[in-house]
Amino acid sequence: MQVLAPRNSPRRFGEPWQFQAVPRWIYLLAGVGALFILLPLFGMVAQVDWAAFIPLISSESSIAALGLSLRTATASTLLCIIFGIPLALVLARARFRGQGVLRALILLPLVVPPVVGGLALLYTFGRVAWIGQTFSTFGIDIAFSTTAVVMAQAFVALPFLVLSLEGSLRTAGQKYEAVAATLGARPSTVLRRITLPLVLPGLVSGAVLAFARSLGEFGATLTFAGSLQGVTRTLPLEIYLQRETDPDAAVALSFLLIAVSLVVVLLAYRTPRSPLRVLVRGSAPPQDVLP
Amino acid sequence: MTLELTMTIGARHLELALSVGSTETVALMGANGAGKSSVLQALSGLVKPDAGHATLGGRPLFRLGTGSSARTSGTGDTGSAWLPPHQRGIGTLAQEPLLFPHLSVLDNVAFGPRSAGATKAAAATTAWQWLREVDAGDLAQRKPAQLSGGQAQRVALARALATDPELLLLDEPMAALDVNTTPFLRSLLKRVLAGRRAIIVTHDVLDALMLADRIIVMEHGRIVEAGPTAAVLTHPRSAFAASLAGLNVLSGSLSGSTLLMPDGVKVAGRPAGGPGAQAPHAAPEPLAEGGPEGMAAFAPSSVSVFLSPPAGSPRNCFQVRVTELEPHGGHIRVRASGLAADVSPAAIAELGLEPGTEVFFVVKAAEVVLYPA
Amino acid sequence: MRLAVKKLSALAAAAILTVSLASCATASDTTSRPAATAPAAAPELSGTLSVFAAASLKKTFTDLATAFEAAHPKVKVSLSFDGSSTLVTQITQGAPADVFASADTKNMTKLSDAKMAAGEPVDFATNVLTLIVPPNNPANIASFADAAKPGTKLVICAAQVPCGAAALSDAKNAGLTLAPVSEELNVTSVLGKVTSGEADAGLVYVTDAKPAGTAVKEVPLKLATPTVNEYPIVAVEGSKQQELAQAFIALVTAPQGQKVLQDAGFGTP
Repeated sequence: MQVLAPRNSPRRFGEPWQFQAVPRWIYLLAGVGALFILLPLFGMVAQVDWAAFIPLISSESSIAALGLSLRTATASTLLCIIFGIPLALVLARARFRGQGVLRALILLPLVVPPVVGGLALLYTFGRVAWIGQTFSTFGIDIAFSTTAVVMAQAFVALPFLVLSLEGSLRTAGQKYEAVAATLGARPSTVLRRITLPLVLPGLVSGAVLAFARSLGEFGATLTFAGSLQGVTRTLPLEIYLQRETDPDAAVALSFLLIAVSLVVVLLAYRTPRSPLRVLVRGSAPPQDVLP
Repeated sequence: MTLELTMTIGARHLELALSVGSTETVALMGANGAGKSSVLQALSGLVKPDAGHATLGGRPLFRLGTGSSARTSGTGDTGSAWLPPHQRGIGTLAQEPLLFPHLSVLDNVAFGPRSAGATKAAAATTAWQWLREVDAGDLAQRKPAQLSGGQAQRVALARALATDPELLLLDEPMAALDVNTTPFLRSLLKRVLAGRRAIIVTHDVLDALMLADRIIVMEHGRIVEAGPTAAVLTHPRSAFAASLAGLNVLSGSLSGSTLLMPDGVKVAGRPAGGPGAQAPHAAPEPLAEGGPEGMAAFAPSSVSVFLSPPAGSPRNCFQVRVTELEPHGGHIRVRASGLAADVSPAAIAELGLEPGTEVFFVVKAAEVVLYPA
Repeated sequence: MRLAVKKLSALAAAAILTVSLASCATASDTTSRPAATAPAAAPELSGTLSVFAAASLKKTFTDLATAFEAAHPKVKVSLSFDGSSTLVTQITQGAPADVFASADTKNMTKLSDAKMAAGEPVDFATNVLTLIVPPNNPANIASFADAAKPGTKLVICAAQVPCGAAALSDAKNAGLTLAPVSEELNVTSVLGKVTSGEADAGLVYVTDAKPAGTAVKEVPLKLATPTVNEYPIVAVEGSKQQELAQAFIALVTAPQGQKVLQDAGFGTP
């Protein structure tokens, strides 16, 4: 957010403010809210059988599920980035009839139960559906394939990226883009050198959300893709299945899933610029901004 | 090789035509909401007028809905054309510097040349040259967040100039700067604008005096006055230009050394061009019923304020009601019925002036300049 | 005396059941009409009975609960359907269950091992697998062996859940090696994959195939020794509604309760 701070922000050269307009009782409620999230996490961690942790998570099926989850979540995040950036741009910048309806529909997977999303995918890309049949004639079978897993994940994760990025685009405004255009930059250049770097924090957090959502996807995957070790059985499905016979393994795998998500989130938020920014700018890493 | 512009925007009641020569700087002035920014935005390609056309140095910038049939939009017109902003070669400097926050100062300035296809090295060379030109060479490696307001605006100027624009649009470039930084940037602008085509929107008469060859005054979307800076400031025709010049201006019909106002009041003065009371240019004015349209101008400092009408022949006397008192230099400016008088604080106290007081503004005929509208 | 009361109440419940279920019964031998006298004979049972039952029992246990409530107007039955292992976990973690009906003995053993079964569980139904295909049978499957052929999109349950274990056992008995495209987490998902036409064939319980009606076509497995899933039921230790629980179990195991189950496709233990 630093890049978007107004140039004359009061903290630029002066002392940071000691004043906070937050009533004390707010901290109490905030604490309760935080505990509500944290306690179940601690509760689960307390349940982990640490002595057997490594054997529990290193079974063949667990490793296959983890590997599949990481691969598919990465692929789905890439899909979300490739199609989410244009979608967010169109929603934030363009003006056309039916835009509000389009936005509402695109954000629908946020509020619809994933199982419903899975059914929708099934009746669109399934073997019996029109699109699925068309694919089949070209020898592409989506059902029961890893592709189906990626599609299910991208379906539920795309709105997270679009929402996050659209917000950033609106906050960033079009002033810088207009200046860049008057300096002779073509629209594609403006996008690459101005718009995307400016909304990079929003893009990164959107991508992280999309990745985390993909990693945790269960309902749509189960409904649309099925469940086969190494092909479609992702970590959440494996956890669900392990719970049937080996609750200890399920808890251990749950902890693993949380740990992986946490690492991804922390990495992304700790270094919001370095990896992606260099990629987008294609130039030397930037200097640090004044504290 | 001039800039030619005609445009209308129905929703904003904007309708105007102007042209700017290849080395001319024009000050576009007028009250807020007069439409100045819309003109700049139409030129830079950010706002589409309903109709009109513009050419810059022979290149068409846009041609939209020519004729009265295209009031709403020019989409149906086969001859319509619209050059996107990046192909116009028009630079902008706004109130905010709007330096790209993620790029260094050098990269900001090099952005234009790079976009035009220059190599990295060539763009950097150009950027260095312009940074030195605005005395910002030592800031090259900084990020915009590390610059003061004045420094940032200088860098923004260098960035706009680095593209060598055929037309530079300056939209109140000094409005957001503190008073200590303004003079430096103003003299810098004077230096770089010499020999360039520019339009500057400003509220500051000093900007117009120092930077502009011509002044165009807009009011409610129309051009109400245009002319060389000196002429507009000495013989203002519009209320806005009069307030800019700090003069009282009355309009009516001219007859020799008298201006007859529409409400029947006669203002005696001396026709512009000669120190005497006789009008040397009486002949060129064609005879017209009630005489030609003309203006009478006088400085607030030449107005005396009385509580009762004074005796004495060569004087103009206006009965007015005080609306406002405000400090003005060492004086108090008394505003009353659209006129202004500068009076010493002591005189105010002696006369017991306050808003609502009925007074007489008296000005000697010799202090009043008459000129044709 | 206490036992006698229980038996009486069970009889009364069964009598009501006969009447209330007459419409949906396929066999038409419900001729006896003791309903007019039976309710008066039973001392009033009251309270709320919480029944945790395997998901495959949803239809039958809902009907049985309705009948039970009709026989005991002051009793309310609250039903909770889920996978048997989920239910066992919930009960051992303190969920308020009075009766537990499992779809396999393995999960019932878990409850007994946790010392939470009040008495010996009673088997009240059995279930066997059957092969289902979409109505148009796209892969032309006519036998279990056809479904096991490579290239056939066969969907079964994962080995960890009872229907998956049964599928593997059936395959072993038939001398087949299955190559499923998906090992679903529950039998409902298998059914869904077949009804939607995604899969060429699926192995589900006969009690799942039956309600699906024309949405699927059944292909008999024709096994000499089909794998049979036993459904045990037991009152939960620590429940304050032992009397009600026993009355409900009695209803399930009584001939009229058995008839409801058999009509749904369950076998007798």
